[in-house]
Amino acid sequence: MKWSLTVLQILMVVASLAVVSPAGAVNPDEILADPVLEARARDISAELRCLVCQNQSIDDSDAPLARDLRLLVRERLVAGDADSEVFDFVVARYGEFVLLKPYFGLHTLALWGATPVVLLIAIAALIITRRGQKARPGKASVPAVGLSAKEQEVLASLQDESSTPPKHEAES
Amino acid sequence: MSIELGHFALILAAAIAVGQTIVGFLFWRTGNRVTAFVRQAAVLQFLFILVSFLALVQSFVLSDFSVALAYEYSHTQQPLIYKITSVWGNHEGSMLLWVLILALFGAAVAVFGRNLPGDLLALVLGVQGALGAAFVFFTIFTSNPFERMNPVPFEGRDLNPILQDIGLAIHPPLLYVGYVGLSVCFSFAIAALISGRIDAAWARWVRPWALASWTFLTLGIAMGSYWAYYELGWGGWWFWDPVENASLMPWLAATALLHSALVMEKRVALKVWTIFLAILAFSLSLLGTFLVRSGILTSVHSFAADPTRGLVILAMLAVTIGGAFALFAWRAKTLRVGGLFAPISREGALILNNLFLATAVAAVMVGTLYPLILQAFGGPMISVGAPFFDLTFGALMVPLLILLPLGPFLAWKRGDFVAVIQRLAGAAGLTFLLTLVTVFLVGGQVSLATLGLLLGFWVAIGAIAEIVDRVKLGRIPAGQSWLRLKGLPKTAWSTALAHFGVGVAVLGIVSVSAWETEKVVSIGVGESVELSGYEVRLSQVEQLAGSNYIAERVKFDVTAPDQSVRSSFSEKRVYTASRQPSTEAGILTYGFSQFYISLGDQDESGNRVVRVWFKPYITLMWYGSLIMALAGFLSLSDRRLRVGAPKTARPTPQPEPAQ
Repeated sequence: MKWSLTVLQILMVVASLAVVSPAGAVNPDEILADPVLEARARDISAELRCLVCQNQSIDDSDAPLARDLRLLVRERLVAGDADSEVFDFVVARYGEFVLLKPYFGLHTLALWGATPVVLLIAIAALIITRRGQKARPGKASVPAVGLSAKEQEVLASLQDESSTPPKHEAES
Repeated sequence: MSIELGHFALILAAAIAVGQTIVGFLFWRTGNRVTAFVRQAAVLQFLFILVSFLALVQSFVLSDFSVALAYEYSHTQQPLIYKITSVWGNHEGSMLLWVLILALFGAAVAVFGRNLPGDLLALVLGVQGALGAAFVFFTIFTSNPFERMNPVPFEGRDLNPILQDIGLAIHPPLLYVGYVGLSVCFSFAIAALISGRIDAAWARWVRPWALASWTFLTLGIAMGSYWAYYELGWGGWWFWDPVENASLMPWLAATALLHSALVMEKRVALKVWTIFLAILAFSLSLLGTFLVRSGILTSVHSFAADPTRGLVILAMLAVTIGGAFALFAWRAKTLRVGGLFAPISREGALILNNLFLATAVAAVMVGTLYPLILQAFGGPMISVGAPFFDLTFGALMVPLLILLPLGPFLAWKRGDFVAVIQRLAGAAGLTFLLTLVTVFLVGGQVSLATLGLLLGFWVAIGAIAEIVDRVKLGRIPAGQSWLRLKGLPKTAWSTALAHFGVGVAVLGIVSVSAWETEKVVSIGVGESVELSGYEVRLSQVEQLAGSNYIAERVKFDVTAPDQSVRSSFSEKRVYTASRQPSTEAGILTYGFSQFYISLGDQDESGNRVVRVWFKPYITLMWYGSLIMALAGFLSLSDRRLRVGAPKTARPTPQPEPAQ
């Protein structure tokens, strides 16, 4: 057990892939005769998590449990379930953990809402900063246009320097 | 013996890093007087860590199994290259590689930063020293690669077969260079906040480091994606796995940083934001390190496997990131707002770029961490997988890609939107035409893929249009255009090239996602399967022995639509030492498309399950990434002389030997 955990860690550390099992996916004997149903089964499978794998859909995994789930999905489809009914059926059995795309609900409000909210806040912040910048020139126009006494001094000294090129050259 | 030397060198490096930190932070105000010390310390720190790393490499190459790590992950029969790569094919060794690269960057700043103002250099190297000390101590105390074992085992346990691949030699070092390179941007940001020196020159010093990190991150991620694609056996190339997300987030932040630093360099605007991004980018690298090292995300159980490491890293993370952002919150107010600009301008376009990229970082982060947070608050266990990311991340990329070609056409300060649209009209027309033709050729219906194609062509052609527009092709005599073309600065080329790479990558991703075909069959020797006009015949099965594995090799003859026949080999291997199985997919490349053959199990009748995929234009996504990285190198070569400070910014001239 410890060995297998270490192996997992190495994989996560180095491979940047948290998938242990090699080559996976549907076997020929699982495929439904009806291509429409089969296509639906594949789409559903891509959204169901293989519970014993790291982060794989049952469509990608060759773990026995993934196979069982694939067969279950196909069984439900043949029995005439709608896609949503298949999902509900699987969730009722295995919990919401099995869904790679979680339900929209109170507990996932923050998940689904976060991105649009962040975008909106960022846009609002941009507009507010913009307004602030627009409003300021009225007040800040004097320092923006004129130079402070110290800056005048520096400018004067610079001009002095550049007006006497021979000395400057001699320096360098 | 050399192992003890390596161990001792690592401890010395930690001590030097501590000294570097103390001197850097305490005496930075004295400027040039301490720079010699911190610079030498940074270089020495690197040399000592290099010695310790080489000592570890030596123990792996010589199969010195008295070193616990070598016993655990190495094997006498491994080919030399894998003996070396096994050094970082585990936690302890990869930690050592991480600190080695961190020290390398510190030393690089010391060497290339000769022209930096003394106070800034002292602070930057002080921060680098602190990071170095923290991670070297972490390595020594919680993940020591130099532990001995007694009695000495006769044979090692070998590396996981999936990792015995050239990918392990390339992918982690590239990625680490990218991750850790961002530490320099971080150090510069902290130094800027402490010293108050934040101006256009600062942005000019930071940009090469950000660019180098970004370039290597791009290469590292692309390489990792291709490795996963050919090694894992079902042709997936991106899984939205937490570990992948951990590398994507710093990449997005670094991309945003590159663009905002440009605004800061050219227009002295976006100072606060650029500093923020510099801190954020490296914080995300650290977060990635934490996520990966602790294993907290992929499995809640592996956290329990070694809670100390996770907790120590979490504490370091909290101190580093928390401290940096606290400093930021405290000092950011002192930064004055820079140059003003109209909303429709180059600056405005770059702000929009940052808006979408930063939101994309947020989207990926929320999706990655949400299951963990929900569970911590007593919620149900949920999974957030590819469908969520495709939706949120994809939605954010659409406006970004639509706006991308407009940016380089807009003038600084105040752009003319209508004029830009006019100048891009040709590119837009060509985009629609190419998309129509492509959709028509694949027998198309209008779908999401059409939008994707539009975006890809638009970005790629827009980038070409930028060059065409700059040389005024067709508007002035061709000879003059040619002269202008030769005279274009490298930055113009690299911008266009990078954007072109984005377009190419998008096209590859869209194409393979929309038009990939797949077939799963059970066939015996001599039988064949037909897919997308290609005929695949299982022609031969043979047993063969590799250096440290035995394999069953299956030969497939693939007849392309043009009747040319090529052979492909797929393998099922069993590694003798670890008894672990592994499969090698057979891949044939036709132009930009690939044919992918993977072996499944053998059924009762002796037939083999064979999975074949046709992946149209899939290689474009990696070529696109390579083009982006090439653009990075091109831009770096242009800036090489500017890695240091411009001479005018030197506060006190260093003594000239000529006098």
